[in-house]
Amino acid sequence: MSEEIKIQDCSVAYGENEVLSHVSLVVKKGEFLVIIGPSGCGKTTLLKMINGLVIPEEGLVSVNGAPLEEENLTAVRRRIGYAVQGARLFPHMTVEDNICYVPCLERKMTKDEKYILTQKMLKMVELPEELAGRFPRQLSGGQQQRVGIARAMASEPDILLMDEPFGAVDEITRKGLQEELLTLWQKTGITIVFITHDIGEAFKLGSRIVIMKDGGIWQEGSSEELIQNPRDEFVRRLTGR
Amino acid sequence: MELVQILWDRREFFLTCLLEHIRISLTAVVCAGVLGILAGILISRHKKAAGVVLGIINVIYTVPSISLLGFLIPFTGIGNKTAIIALTVYGLLPIVRNTYTGLVNVDAGILEVAEGLGADKRQVLFRVRFPLALPVIISGFRNMVVMIIAMGGIASFIGAGGLGAAIYRGITTYNMTLTAAGSLLIALLALFCDYLLSKAEKAVSRRYGIE
Repeated sequence: MSEEIKIQDCSVAYGENEVLSHVSLVVKKGEFLVIIGPSGCGKTTLLKMINGLVIPEEGLVSVNGAPLEEENLTAVRRRIGYAVQGARLFPHMTVEDNICYVPCLERKMTKDEKYILTQKMLKMVELPEELAGRFPRQLSGGQQQRVGIARAMASEPDILLMDEPFGAVDEITRKGLQEELLTLWQKTGITIVFITHDIGEAFKLGSRIVIMKDGGIWQEGSSEELIQNPRDEFVRRLTGR
Repeated sequence: MELVQILWDRREFFLTCLLEHIRISLTAVVCAGVLGILAGILISRHKKAAGVVLGIINVIYTVPSISLLGFLIPFTGIGNKTAIIALTVYGLLPIVRNTYTGLVNVDAGILEVAEGLGADKRQVLFRVRFPLALPVIISGFRNMVVMIIAMGGIASFIGAGGLGAAIYRGITTYNMTLTAAGSLLIALLALFCDYLLSKAEKAVSRRYGIE
């Protein structure tokens, strides 16, 4: 598998507080990488480095072999889907406009094009087509999260970044969304980087799991590897074994 | 009764004054609206400048309106032009402040998603930030319109037209009914515009999911 995302020796600090310290990570094409760790360990910062929302003070981030630079940021971001906790849908846009947000950044879409794309995406995230004209406030939490995923996937990106996307939904909805995401990943072969602090979710979804602690990568591997060879007590406790 | 009588008897005079008042106010509203929104957008991008600009506008606001008109006369003379400039300057405060406040208070998480999905700075501003700040901006616009219409009444003291002319004429001829009639029409005009804009504000809030 070829390298899709490469983070080399990156450090990030907010003032005096060092959030990430000399982190290196490679994500291969088609991988479902789950990052897990306690609050404040730098997971979100690491994720935001991939789409350039956080620029490291040291080190290099490359996506598809091209280093992230100021000049290519917007172009690279349009090839990277981004879904976050609580969906953060644009409240002034209908579901259709939310879903068509990224394609509309690049070109003007006709009504028909928007309709076709919205129907396709709603079907993909298993939502009824009549939701297209509704506003986010008229949707349930689970529906909002599904629209958030549809918005992130609408321009058929190569990579999908997800920052605790299912953190704000109830257990039953969360299980359903996890299943759908796995199916989506298997169907599309997209590269996914997914943050969670739920080890059960990490084991269920990840083809590889990265455990973070204190601004660095503590251990990485498949769920079996982490269970069988935990680095220390921290990993043992985290994996619940 | 006297008030209604005078309004009816001198309806042509009042109508001319009303139309002139609307013309002067509308020009000032457009000028202050455009300048104020642009200034609000600019200072929302440069927070250090925001304090300075809002401070200057606040200071201007403390200058009594009649003095401001007086200060402007040596530069722009008497008449409508000076009145429009003074009204524009006064109208800036609510619209600049509300545009700035509206823009900087948009949920940072939503803006981050807008940017993270690949929008450039202009797209983030016009597609997400500005629409979400619109209810607050309209509320400032509403304040500005009412203020400009009300203050337009004193413009006649420097030779400008409008309903202030009726008030001024009433004062100088000890005709209190004439003054009251002019004041009443200004108040009604201001209330009417405020009502229309409150409807617009509600519609926008509903449309943009703020309510």
